[in-house]
Amino acid sequence: MPNPHTPSDIALQPDAGRIALLRDRAEFVRLETLRLIQIAKVGHYSSVFSCAEIFATLYYDAMRLKRGDPRWPDRDRFLMGKGHAAVGLYPLLVDWGFFSKDVLDGYTRLGNPLGDHPDMRKVPGVDFSSGSIGHALSGGLGMALGGRATDRRFDVYVLLGDGEMQEGQVWEAALSAAHHKAGNLIAIVDRNGYQLDGQVDDIIGIEPLADKWAAFGWQVHEVDGHDVVALATLLRQLKAETSRVQPVCIIAKTSKGKGVGYMETEPGWHLGYLAPSDEALAAEEIKRGGKAQ
Amino acid sequence: MNGPIDPNSWQYRQINARAPGLSYLSNALIDLVDEGHPVVAGTADLQYSNGLVRFAERFPERFTQFGISEQNMVSAAAGMASTGVMPFVATFASFLALLCCEQIRTDVAYSALPVRLIGHHAGISLGFYGTSHHATEDLAIMRSIADLTVVAPADGPQLAAAVKASVNHAQPIYFRIGRGQEPVVYEDGVGFQFGKAIVHGEGSDLTIIACGSMVHPSREAYRALRAAGKSVGLIDMHTIKPLDTKAVLAAAAHSRFILTIEEHNILGGLAGAVAEILAEAGSPARLIRHGIRDEYSLIAPPTHLYKHYRLDAAGIEATVLEALG
Repeated sequence: MPNPHTPSDIALQPDAGRIALLRDRAEFVRLETLRLIQIAKVGHYSSVFSCAEIFATLYYDAMRLKRGDPRWPDRDRFLMGKGHAAVGLYPLLVDWGFFSKDVLDGYTRLGNPLGDHPDMRKVPGVDFSSGSIGHALSGGLGMALGGRATDRRFDVYVLLGDGEMQEGQVWEAALSAAHHKAGNLIAIVDRNGYQLDGQVDDIIGIEPLADKWAAFGWQVHEVDGHDVVALATLLRQLKAETSRVQPVCIIAKTSKGKGVGYMETEPGWHLGYLAPSDEALAAEEIKRGGKAQ
Repeated sequence: MNGPIDPNSWQYRQINARAPGLSYLSNALIDLVDEGHPVVAGTADLQYSNGLVRFAERFPERFTQFGISEQNMVSAAAGMASTGVMPFVATFASFLALLCCEQIRTDVAYSALPVRLIGHHAGISLGFYGTSHHATEDLAIMRSIADLTVVAPADGPQLAAAVKASVNHAQPIYFRIGRGQEPVVYEDGVGFQFGKAIVHGEGSDLTIIACGSMVHPSREAYRALRAAGKSVGLIDMHTIKPLDTKAVLAAAAHSRFILTIEEHNILGGLAGAVAEILAEAGSPARLIRHGIRDEYSLIAPPTHLYKHYRLDAAGIEATVLEALG
């Protein structure tokens, strides 16, 4: 399946204005995550912080979307294997005009569609429901195949957790996608090194991860997942590779809790709740230095 | 080997010729594509077993062979459906409903995606392949998943009619079908409406409510009993969910006994669905549940199993006569 894009008019590197935008949107993701989790009184801060630059780069550089039209059939798709980072996604969907900020501000309240995990049935702009780990890459493969069957051309991005690599279904999908030449399927592994019970490599080790994906027939790239320039450049290069038949795996090395010092050093913040005073300090830190490199 | 091959021998790839009921699946899907419907299909290393090889040969670009990765297949079907196509994915009922229960719940039904799940070789129809391959829980499991329609066609023509009717059905569907060797019930064709049972006859003594592979032997028993002067009725309850409650309550209003017949555990499937309706309505009719009695099925050729579990015509007839005293 050829890559759907032929962006001959797109430079392979983001310009200064775009880089500033991506950094600003990553900060926006972190600040909104702080704010929304205050409403829920518990949430996955550090899981979002590790992928804030990935969200920003996908939604403000890589993905083809149409403002205000979350169901545009030719849009690029985004699925979240690590669905618990959805709180960081919702503000971006509001920013794209897919639903109103009033809805966002009711995050997790009774009757509100926004929960801890993304729900395509309830939330405009969510392309696939998730929450049960390990299904999303298969879902993304299905979308890639569906696009082929309907002769529509779009890219499918799937954000996976590194702990998610322990699920067998991920490897079923990996095998399948390479076999079926799903060249427009791009998996991004948020390699932050932690899962709920501790370090991924202590729980069930997944290295050598790049070799595993390559052995399954994928084109593999490793990148600093907080470097928006590197991320955007790589994704632009992939878009320019129009005849690709291999699916792509990007292993994004990240820091869990990136942007808030004590969350980076204390992985227990996978799930937690900040007292309001701590939230203010975290927000200050994010604004001060937590901005992407 | 010396000499010609015995014509009674057969190979796996010719199984469809020995399972004519399953040929209706591919044929119906081919018709739907020819009529312009965005049907795609997939299987998990069973394209000969379920006959989808016919569809695959006709429309290779609309067919996906997933290999032995059932969970991947179900989640991928959900992804496909989200792009506007109508996927039919098929594998043994035991693997589809049990192994992929959560993918069906979360990716297909919860997300309200119009995936059509075909669980074939259901019940004890895989015989001596063993209990791992028997599906005597699938109706109960699938029935408890919200927004999922559950259908057990009696034969090939009804399967084809249900598959064709599904293009106007917004919800995801679990089709529970047999091994394709079920005798034809609806020789003259059949109308099909989801949730609308087919009433073969009414009786004041007892009404048999059967589904799927059990409709044919139930009809044989029904005919023999009527010929013997018993006032027996028969309902083909092809849709387990949503259940035709009107048909159940109408039968309960004029019959002393309701007898459910299913190739399934008597817990949670057709019997469970009918029991819920009768109990809630305060029906005076007494329910008798006939099927696998909450046990793991034995290993034997299917015909031996049907006889053992009294799920053949003679066994059903005997069960009715015992009920009537």
